Parts: sequence; structure tokens; C-alpha cells
Amino acid sequence: MICQECNQRPAALHFTKIINGEKTEFHLCEKCAQEHGEMFIFGGDSGFTINNLLAGLFSIDQSLQKPAQSPFRQEDILQCGHCSMTFPQFLKVGRFGCAHCYETFKDQLVPVLKRLHSGNWTHTGKIPERIGGEIHLKKQIEILKNQLQECISHEEFEKAAKIRDEIRILEKKIAASQEGGE
Amino acid sequence: MSLEHFLSQAVSSWMSEEGPDSDIVLSTRIRLARNFNKYKLPTLFSYEEAKKVIYEIEGVLKQSDFRKFGLMELLRIDEMQPLQKRVLVEKHLISPHLAEDSPYGAVLLTENEEVSIMINEEDHLRIQCLFPGLQLAEALNTANEVDDWLENHIEYAFDEKYGYLTSCPTNVGTGIRASVMMHLPGLILTQQMNRIIPAINQLGLVVRGIYGEGSEALGNIFQISNQITLGKSEEDICRDLMGVVSQLISQERSAREALRKTSNIQLEDRVFRSLGVLENCRIIESKEAAQCLSDVRLGIDMGYIQNMSRTILNELMILTQPGFLQQYAGGPLRPFERDIRRASLIRERIKLESQ
Repeated sequence: MICQECNQRPAALHFTKIINGEKTEFHLCEKCAQEHGEMFIFGGDSGFTINNLLAGLFSIDQSLQKPAQSPFRQEDILQCGHCSMTFPQFLKVGRFGCAHCYETFKDQLVPVLKRLHSGNWTHTGKIPERIGGEIHLKKQIEILKNQLQECISHEEFEKAAKIRDEIRILEKKIAASQEGGE
Repeated sequence: MSLEHFLSQAVSSWMSEEGPDSDIVLSTRIRLARNFNKYKLPTLFSYEEAKKVIYEIEGVLKQSDFRKFGLMELLRIDEMQPLQKRVLVEKHLISPHLAEDSPYGAVLLTENEEVSIMINEEDHLRIQCLFPGLQLAEALNTANEVDDWLENHIEYAFDEKYGYLTSCPTNVGTGIRASVMMHLPGLILTQQMNRIIPAINQLGLVVRGIYGEGSEALGNIFQISNQITLGKSEEDICRDLMGVVSQLISQERSAREALRKTSNIQLEDRVFRSLGVLENCRIIESKEAAQCLSDVRLGIDMGYIQNMSRTILNELMILTQPGFLQQYAGGPLRPFERDIRRASLIRERIKLESQ
């Protein structure tokens, strides 16, 4: 077998990529493999494979949706107003152009995020101290509300009342900061 | 402090110091991906924007140096020689992607090399903390400290729903990658690893070789890391990883004990043959070197070999990589010359132990 990159030397490296059951085979000679080599040897967090896989995830989504879409829809190309990245472009590189792309492509993004992060699509981790003040409060309220529900279901009404008061204080804080900001 | 200074101190602390459970866990790493809100991501940004990112980081450094880990130095990729870059890659201080495909890249390094911040790689900032042994909580704390320090000066791209926004949606949310490098010869020798890897994958964790995705597990060294970055807190991600790693540690320990019971003399034979190879070889390929180093390290951990420091595996696995060998030789080497150079470096290093 001959190397598919240079079409000269015999292929020495063979590997198979499977994306959702679709097989792609690669046959490279040692030299071409080495040129691409850093990826194989030092792959680390290199985007090479993951991006191709990603594009696969998104395009499968599209092909599934196609029959349901009207023929006009397909001609609309989504484009980010901030960095002018288009959706096909994103599929090709597997990386966004700017922070606003997340909003622009959100309809396509959520199902894929779910698939990438085992069903999750909302952040529950760290929140930046300085810019996240209000978000902090909102998350805290969410946690308290969950606790409140639990207390009620366990009929711990005294505790529930306390939590309800805490929630009110936090909600006032948010309202105050919003007024202050405007 | 110059680049030479970094490189001449070829051995970083994670390679030469011991940490908790360091008979099995070589190192722990935490990486956080962060981006500026106002600049386009490295996927699309212009040279001007890339320069501004570096300029802002320099500004942050001037305003308030993060002194906890000593001086920090900023090195630009375009000012480095190919060999110097390669050495930093082999030390796991920068990624191959930063070295090869990030012309506007830079790295901010602390003197002890525990913290490195890659600039303009796939994301604007990648904060990395590398600790010896199993220290997930400590590494996460340090990474958070560095993150908070930067956040005081920088407006990050952050979304209430999606968390920290990253170039690639596989990192969005926490932007965290926690990974633990483990030496698991016992599980390999008892042929349990093939069964264990799929089980780990099912838990949303990834197992890779020492140099990442697709790389072979040279010298029985495996990297275990999280895959999911969204929907779980940083602490939960680390706790889940910790759970799997502690299980692997106890399984590896019992595999070693089982080997001692069932094939003590064979194991001892294997260890000392490998030591013999390393002490006497004149030509050695990296694969053979890695295997022998793994055997010797197992011999040290199990008490067959005495008076030799454990960290020899960590050190030599890194120092016998092509970049380091060429650094040591003072110039480029062909593969065959590297094998000779590798052999002499290993012999010299082992001799140091017996003195």
C-alpha cells in the first residue's frame, strides 16, 4: 500500500478513525507520519482529532434535521456579528472565533454540548470573583431554593422559613445592584 | 534570568521531588482555559490582537507580580530556537500546539516551573500547575490562586449559562483539565490494564500515554484525565478523578504484591537485567530505554534495588527525549546519534547514584 499523503513511499502507519460508526482509514509512510508526527507523538490537547470529531457531531445533527427543514432554511448561513465566523467555518475548524459565537450558534450548540459533557449544558463551577458578583448571588439563590424545597418535603418548616428569609435578602441585593447599575 | 537559566536547570521540581503516593503517581497537573472577553479568540484573532493580549499580561505582571512562586518570566515563542521550544514541550511546560502552531504565542513561567501560563495557544490563556506526586487539591488551589490574580486585572469571557467560554466547546464551562500521571507496571504485567481502560472511559475519564492522545504508554506510564468540563464543579471533577486514581493505586499495589508472591525471582531477574542494560548499554532506543527505566523504577519501589533514588525514572524519561538529548549534545543529532547519546546519558546518571 502506498502512502496517501505523498503517493510515493509505502505506507507504514495505518490507523482508523470511527465517528459514530463511520470509518475513515489513514495510511501514511513514516516520513509523512513524522511530519504530521507531533500530533501523534505529542497529541496532548492538540485539537486535531477532537476538532474533526466535533465537526462530525455537528454535521450529524444537521443531516438529521434536514428532512424537517424547509428548503429555504438551508440557504441561511448563520454568521457571528462580532467576528464574522460562519457556521460552516466553525464546523471546519471546530473552534469558535470569539466569545459571542456561543450566543450566535446557541441553537446548534446545546445538543452538542449535551453530547460532549454527558448530558450537561449549564455551568455549575467557579464564577469569576470580580465580574460575577450578580451571578454569584443568583447561583446562591438557586442553591437555597433547592434547600427550601427539601426542607418543605421533610416538613422542616422552621428551617424553611429561615432559608426563605435568606433568599429574600439576596434578591433585594440583586435588585439594589441592578438599580445602582442603571 | 534568561532562557538558558531555565534550560540549564533541566530538572523541574515535579521531576526531582517526591510527593504523596509517588511510588505510583509521578505528577499531577491542573490546567484552566481562560479568554479575554474583548479580543477575538486565537482561532481568528489578528496579529494586533495577539500582541495586545501579550501586552496586557505584561501589564498585569508589572502592576502586581504573582510572587508566591518567585519571579515570573515571559518568553515569546517567536524568539525561541526550535530546540529550546522542544525542550519546554518535553518538560510538559508548553504544549506542542504552542510550540509549533502558535506564532503569536508566549509562556509565563515561574522559577520553580510549578506554574506556567501559556498565552495565545488555543485559548488566550492556559494556566497550568504541575506538582510532583498525587496533589490534586493542592494543584487546584494554586491554579485558582493564579486565576484569581489574573481575574483582578482582566475581564474574562464568562457566560452565566456556559461558564468560562473557550475556543473549543469541549473545554467550555470550568475550562479545567485535571490529569494525573501514573506508573502502572504491575497492572500491565498482570494484564489487567486492557480491562481497566474501558471501565475508566465509561466514567467520563480518559487514559492516554505519557505524551498525550494516541501516544503509546511508553514505560508503563499513563495519564488519566477528565473529559467533561461542563455541568460539574472543579472540585467534583477533581474528586471523581481522585476516586478513580486511588482505586488504581490500590489495584497497582495489590498487583505488585501478587507478583512478588507468585513470581518473585522472575521479577527480580527482570529488574536486574534491565538495570544491567541501562548501566552498560552503548546504543539504546527510546522505547527500550523507557521499558528498562520502568523495570528499574519498579525494582526501586519494591525494594529489589537499594540506594537509588526513585525520581530517576521521572528525570530520565524526560531527559532522554530527543530535544533534551540535543540540548545536552549542544546541537542537532540524527536518530542513531541520539541513541548513542541517550545510552551515555543514562550510564552517567546511574553512575551518579552509586557515588
